[in-house]
Amino acid sequence: MDATVQTIEAMERPPVTMASRLEGELLEVSMGPQHPSTHGVFRMNVALEGEIVRKLKPVFGYLHRNHEQIGEHTSYLGSMPYTDRLDYFCSMSNNWAYALSVEKLAGIEVPERAEYLRVILAELTRLQNHASLLGFLLSDMGAWGTPLMYAFREREKILDLFESLAGSRMMCDYMRFGGCRLDASEEWLARAKQIVDRFPEFLDEFEELILGNEIVIGRTQNVGKLSAELAISAGITGPMLRASGVNYDVRKVDGYGFYPRFKFRIPLGNHGDTYDRLMMRALEMRESVGILKQAFAQIQPGPIVNPKVKVRAFRPPAGEAYGRIEAPKGELGFYLISDGGPNPYRYRVRPPSFINLTVLEDLCLGHTVADVMVILGSVDIVMGEVDR
Amino acid sequence: MIGTGILKGMAVTARNFVGSYFDKERLITIQYPEERNPLPENYRNFPFLIYDGDDPHAGLRCVACKICEKECPPQCIYIVKSDDKKPDYMGKPQFYPKVFDIDISVCMSCQICVEVCPFEAIKMDKEFELSKRERFDALLSRKEELSKSNDYYHKIHPLEAAAVDKNLADAAAVAEAKKKAAAEAAAKAAAAKAAATKPPPAGDAASVPGKPTPSSQQ
Amino acid sequence: MPLRNLEGKAAGSLDFARDDGAWMMESLDQIKSRIEAAVPGAKIEIVANGSPSQQDSLLIDNEHAVATARFLRVDPALRLDFCSNVTGVDWLDRVVKKTIKVKTVVEGVEKEVDQTTEEEIPGYLEAVYHLYSMTHKHGPVIIRTRTADRAECARLSSLTPVWRSAEFQEREIYDLYGIHFDGHPDLRRILMWDEFEDHPMRKDYVQPDDFEWEPTPHDDVLARAKHHYPPRPQMDGAEGIVEPLKR
Repeated sequence: MDATVQTIEAMERPPVTMASRLEGELLEVSMGPQHPSTHGVFRMNVALEGEIVRKLKPVFGYLHRNHEQIGEHTSYLGSMPYTDRLDYFCSMSNNWAYALSVEKLAGIEVPERAEYLRVILAELTRLQNHASLLGFLLSDMGAWGTPLMYAFREREKILDLFESLAGSRMMCDYMRFGGCRLDASEEWLARAKQIVDRFPEFLDEFEELILGNEIVIGRTQNVGKLSAELAISAGITGPMLRASGVNYDVRKVDGYGFYPRFKFRIPLGNHGDTYDRLMMRALEMRESVGILKQAFAQIQPGPIVNPKVKVRAFRPPAGEAYGRIEAPKGELGFYLISDGGPNPYRYRVRPPSFINLTVLEDLCLGHTVADVMVILGSVDIVMGEVDR
Repeated sequence: MIGTGILKGMAVTARNFVGSYFDKERLITIQYPEERNPLPENYRNFPFLIYDGDDPHAGLRCVACKICEKECPPQCIYIVKSDDKKPDYMGKPQFYPKVFDIDISVCMSCQICVEVCPFEAIKMDKEFELSKRERFDALLSRKEELSKSNDYYHKIHPLEAAAVDKNLADAAAVAEAKKKAAAEAAAKAAAAKAAATKPPPAGDAASVPGKPTPSSQQ
Repeated sequence: MPLRNLEGKAAGSLDFARDDGAWMMESLDQIKSRIEAAVPGAKIEIVANGSPSQQDSLLIDNEHAVATARFLRVDPALRLDFCSNVTGVDWLDRVVKKTIKVKTVVEGVEKEVDQTTEEEIPGYLEAVYHLYSMTHKHGPVIIRTRTADRAECARLSSLTPVWRSAEFQEREIYDLYGIHFDGHPDLRRILMWDEFEDHPMRKDYVQPDDFEWEPTPHDDVLARAKHHYPPRPQMDGAEGIVEPLKR
């Protein structure tokens, strides 16, 4: 496949470092926490000189539910439904990350069919997350919900699949330690395959709708440039990191699950601006479709859970483990310390959205207020994960 | 020419809009509540207790073992065990719950209580149109509200209910077979004991050659 | 027009990466000896990990933490430039039983007898850093720093000058555990509000009884009004609960 990307050459932007000829103070504005475009209850204290951002301090904690302390008082199995509610768009990925960490802690193996199901569900989650993100970003830019509804049309199909498999659209609670909770019937797999086969048509239509649009290009190119050194130092992961040109994808580096069995490529960006971050998601969706087709071809009937794992009174040996996956938003990790009891001693979530926000100030300095929304949209945050 | 991207986007939306008059697939809105989406079999929302037969008290499967109360992550189940016992589906006398409350404002429908119940007594319901006018007491479901019959379970989760019934029937059959084997073994032991304590008949061993005498039987 | 992928660098701004999956990492002992050689005076210990995950960690003393961290980041073989996760852990005062075999004389015969000793370990707070390398694609190397105690001396050096990703996470540890990080550019509460006191994730944190209550000027009016109206438990609380909850 070869690409032709429309760019607007020599788009003249007004110089951003304008020195104000008027004496005045910086205007401090609080954007949020009630704001339609901040992806949840998120607040930014912005100091403005005219329209230009001179200082930006993010304020978190409006959705802090003390998930980590709840984890210390709940059994390992009981924390699984709570992980659904961290990044509430991608509950299957959160479940997998937690199950992976516990399996590392206790040394549990997972049967083959369960691993294939996990990959299928995680990639379906990635598809619907990236589609929603593109839709939300366009809404933030003022597109009044049309691209969002196109993305949600596809997302609804995937959520219907989750509902018929796990019982719930978003709070799936589907993975268990050592496998999955329920088996997927052949009919479900056939339906999923049908949806995945028609997904590239939707992607073509969607890209025609938004990615060639001059307004999108004008508002996102050269806005919010993130250099590779800053990205690595600030611990940025996920599509935001790869837009800056750093080739680091946990699926390739760690090779967890059965990802080494699938052939897929990692898209990289050259400029690190917002348009590259958008393109990352669009291209990753295509790669996910490729992985799904291979998984559907390779999956075989078999057991879906390791029979040696106890459901009640599950006590892993004392020790600690850090398990991580490539969630759609970045690297999602769980750090568990066990003291041999039924509850973890320390239960820590490494939230990708939280850490990706470290560089928000650096990205927004010198840009206008309107750009702040666009940059925030491209970071892809979900407050459930930022605040836990 | 500048603006071609926007025009192409508009062409996409126009195609979808006009197409929705002709192609059923492009018309994706479901007019709730006049039309409803059929819920899949696996859909789950809030638990309920099962009773067999017609009497919600006598047929209640729950034996108040309190495992679901312990394993529930948000601790929304409250059980008080009874003092007396009643027979369960196999005839064995078991405790039953005097009080069984689920606070559905806290319950997150994670169905861990269903997974850990050893008696197939609590299952997931599908009712989601449950709005109430008061915040606290109206959202506390008590035992009477939660008890629903096995026929209702078959109606909402046909495949799952068939599997559960099969499991229970198998367990009952295994218990029956064990009881019968135990009864037979007890009867045989009693018969052997009776035979051993009977005095051996005084007989001429020579009158019937070849036939072993009872005394030599073991 | 449908977007397709680029082969080679052309006019667009996208490229596809080749997979390099080199897994080369030294053992923790080698890393330990190299740190001790490069940072004089550093006291490193290896903390073993009991679980099957085999993720042992290095305990680093606080004075040389920044120098050690810098070495780990710039050393060409390690290049641990990605600090993935910074966690705070609270350990209360513990009593650890150790069973060792001791030679004693029992009834004239020298035998090996099991002797259990109890060791009291005072409590401390800990910061655990998970380090990976984006350049070499290896990891994790886990380092820990411990405070002297859980009260006045709960201070550690901040590793934010070495890895920027520690910035928000160390703020979170300060907020929830109370470890003060020296050298952090902007140490203030991040998840709790600024006026909040106490540190919620500590093991001995006690929830205040009134944490959902905020004083308003109307409170005393409401208190006086309560005497004039009959109680409404079905609106204000669940009636009919037979016994108080025993946990």
